Amino acid sequence: MKLSTYNFLTSMAIKGVKVGYPLKLTISKKDVVESEFNPVFIERLLPKLDWSAVYGAAQVAELAEDIPATQPENISDDEQLLQRLHHLLFEIDVLEGQMECPETGRIFPITDGIPNMLLNEDEV
Amino acid sequence: MARLKMKKLEEYLQCVDHFEQPKILLEQYPTPPHIAACMTHHMQAQHDDIDGKFVADLGCGCGMLSIGAALLGAQLTVGFELDDAALNIYRQNVIDMELPGVDGVRVNVLHLAGSKWDNVFDTVLMNPPFGTKHNAGMDMRFLDVGMRLATGAVYSLHKTSTRTYIQKKSKEWGARGNVVAELRYNIDASYKFHKQKSKDIEVDFWRFDVSDL
Repeated sequence: MKLSTYNFLTSMAIKGVKVGYPLKLTISKKDVVESEFNPVFIERLLPKLDWSAVYGAAQVAELAEDIPATQPENISDDEQLLQRLHHLLFEIDVLEGQMECPETGRIFPITDGIPNMLLNEDEV
Repeated sequence: MARLKMKKLEEYLQCVDHFEQPKILLEQYPTPPHIAACMTHHMQAQHDDIDGKFVADLGCGCGMLSIGAALLGAQLTVGFELDDAALNIYRQNVIDMELPGVDGVRVNVLHLAGSKWDNVFDTVLMNPPFGTKHNAGMDMRFLDVGMRLATGAVYSLHKTSTRTYIQKKSKEWGARGNVVAELRYNIDASYKFHKQKSKDIEVDFWRFDVSDL
């Protein structure tokens, strides 16, 4: 699971959960995969991302030194930051870990690189 | 322009692994490589909807459409699927074919609408369950989700017999729907209850422009 995907995952489908975001991420095993750097794509994606969850993911992935805690203006002029975002969001592959609902504590496991967001019938 | 010729794309897609034990309740018919190649190639060559785009594949199964999109240069593709066996094959296919920009998420597709995935993707593609067995109307519910998640275009397959209905629903949703092609969809004898060895059904390949929604 890439950290770009993590940025969009919520537990809001659980009955009674209001926001369900951001999920508390734990990484126990990760890999790094190389992918083609496309600054235009990142710039287009940025407005859709939640920066606090980007920064939160960077902390968990031990890359917090690369990413500012608050979203800087004019990121498009900052090639180095775009490359660091590319690495964080698209090149870190979480193989094993979990995400925890901030409201209910419900755990969503990540196994073999696949996050399992599936809920039981009595949870929805 | 597409970065791969259709013939080459189809050759690659023939290497994609399928369901080991298809599940009838989930209508797990694999998308044939030829059809997946025609579909994804059309999306890129005619509409520039794939190369460099953020793409979702709803009910991705083993990943035939996701992999077609990734091979044609989709920057990032997320496949959503209920079934863990299918997703494990999906993941393995992606690793075997060395496609870094493809992620699989195990989730109920119907839970995606109204979440943070709304209006995130440039292009949404799907070969939905046709909803003919125990889950009537399932393809329309997938389509509804797809239209919420996409900002550019939604591509889908539906039985030709439902064309008038889909045109009407599409108008209601404010999308501009067009039938790109009529396909003869060959479903192999995947399940024991199929009496013939294989059976062709008539299927429409749709493109919905949702950029005005």
